[in-house]
Amino acid sequence: MTAAIRARGIRKSFGPVEVLRGIDLDVAEGEVLGLIGPSGSGKSTLLRCLNSLDDIDDGDLRVNGEIVGHVWEKGRLRRMDDRRLAEQRRGTGMVFQRFNLFAHMTVLENVVCGPVRVLGRDRRAACEAGRAHLARVGLADFCERYPAELSGGQQQRVAIARAIAMDPKILLFDEPTSALDPELVDEVLTTMRDLAVQGRTMVVVTHELAFARDVCDRIAFLDGGRVVETGPAPAFFAVISPHRVVQFDC
Amino acid sequence: MTAADPTLESLIGVPRSEPMRVGRIVVGVAVATLVVFMVRAFALGEIEWSWVARYLTAYAILVGFANTLIMTAGAMALGIALGLAAALMGLSEDPTTRAVAKGYVWFFRGIPIYLQLLLWFNLALVFPTLGIPGLAEVRTVDAMTPFLAALLGLGVCQGAYTAEVIRAGILSGDVGQIEAARAVGMRRGQVMRHIVLPQTLRIIAPPIGNEVIGMLKHSSIAAVIGYQEVMHTASMLHFVNNRVIEMLIVCSIWYLVTVTLLTIGQSLVERRLGRSLGRRTAAAPVAEEGAGA
Ligand SMILES: Nc1ncnc2c1ncn2[C@@H]1O[C@H](COP(=O)(O)OP(=O)(O)OP(=O)(O)O)[C@@H](O)[C@H]1O
Ligand SMILES: [Mg+2]
Repeated sequence: MTAAIRARGIRKSFGPVEVLRGIDLDVAEGEVLGLIGPSGSGKSTLLRCLNSLDDIDDGDLRVNGEIVGHVWEKGRLRRMDDRRLAEQRRGTGMVFQRFNLFAHMTVLENVVCGPVRVLGRDRRAACEAGRAHLARVGLADFCERYPAELSGGQQQRVAIARAIAMDPKILLFDEPTSALDPELVDEVLTTMRDLAVQGRTMVVVTHELAFARDVCDRIAFLDGGRVVETGPAPAFFAVISPHRVVQFDC
Repeated sequence: MTAADPTLESLIGVPRSEPMRVGRIVVGVAVATLVVFMVRAFALGEIEWSWVARYLTAYAILVGFANTLIMTAGAMALGIALGLAAALMGLSEDPTTRAVAKGYVWFFRGIPIYLQLLLWFNLALVFPTLGIPGLAEVRTVDAMTPFLAALLGLGVCQGAYTAEVIRAGILSGDVGQIEAARAVGMRRGQVMRHIVLPQTLRIIAPPIGNEVIGMLKHSSIAAVIGYQEVMHTASMLHFVNNRVIEMLIVCSIWYLVTVTLLTIGQSLVERRLGRSLGRRTAAAPVAEEGAGA
């Protein structure tokens, strides 16, 4: 198996606070990794570093075989310019806790926007593909609506469709269900389960332990800016540090 | 329940009315009295209304007001273009670019517009010629007509104010959407063009409309450098015919009519922008839910 993500000694500080303190992590292609850990342990920060929304201070981070956010040049790492950065980000898709749909665009425009503007696809073809993506997340009838007219669960499914419309190698999810009412969580988890089954590489930050156990191939447990435990799910929940997981569950 | 209450069911079908609002009646009467007083004063004052009627559509006045409209449109267009450029530069990552934008706003917001017009009009004293030396040169005195000086003075100054309006509009945008756009692989320019600016437009439309109305009226200051806008024309006329108040009323009527039309236009534009922007009214139930919880 080839590696989709390789991280060694990742460090990241916000001011005086070191949030990531030497992260080592590997994710194989096609693998679904669950990232869990207590609040403030650095899960979101790590995820955001994977697609350069945040910049790491130190360490070696390779995503899809490329050095993230930097170019290796004459013995030093130079920050990528805007164009290279944008190109690199096409390799990952991201789904946010708060959906972050484009408020002034219809659902279909949200999904089509990336392929048309970034990949330069023909609009008509992109719309056709976009409708198909929306149909797959169960929103075929919502194409012409605006995000403000949808429920949270529907919005999050649009956000997922928007991410997969770019056909990224890796999908990153940051607590995709934690802003949702309990009765809306399942529809989003079902959509994600379908994606996992299709063999996409996924990194999922989640508090949904049942989902992590059933859908993820492997779990990494973050605490205090380090990966303290990692192992295959569901064995992870059965064997390793039950007290920790229980403590974190509440 | 007291004994005075009507029996249950006896209230079915009884007509309902608004509560007594004494304050409203008092204020209403006071305002009506004031209006009557003002109308009487103007009707009985030394105003020859026939002169007002005659000059309202006089050729000179129409030309003057057309010049006012041209200046308003031109200066606002220049102001918005410069304002957008300065706002984007002010948000740039490059410190020099930011400093240029800051300096522009500082300078042109810091000097009275009256003075700025005089400076532009007298630019020849600093730069005797304009253009590329030896190739295409003009004498500044010839090039800097009252129209050009007024256009530059009003437009460049307006840009400094509009820059702040646009910058505030951009900053009030949703950071989450910007990150989502970047995560999709958009470049900075694309994020600005496709995500940030369309949403900024909705936020800045009311203040910009306000500034257009402001410009319509304070473009009259261009009269000081001899630009033939409506106030300039009116004063030329009352030098000759001595009908000062009549000429001023003529101008007032034209300004008021135009401001009324602009106000209507503004609300149409705002409604349109609101519709393309996610029909916020349709989202209202969500807000109510939040308030109820
Ligand atoms: N932009 C920022 N500026 C300063 N501090 C930050 C910033 N982003 C995150 N932090 C800090 O970094 C730490 C880790 O934050 P992070 O969001 O990665 O945690 P998390 O594991 O995702 O937590 P949660 O489960 O609550 O989402 C926190 O202490 C947070 O306060
Ligand atoms: Mg988080």
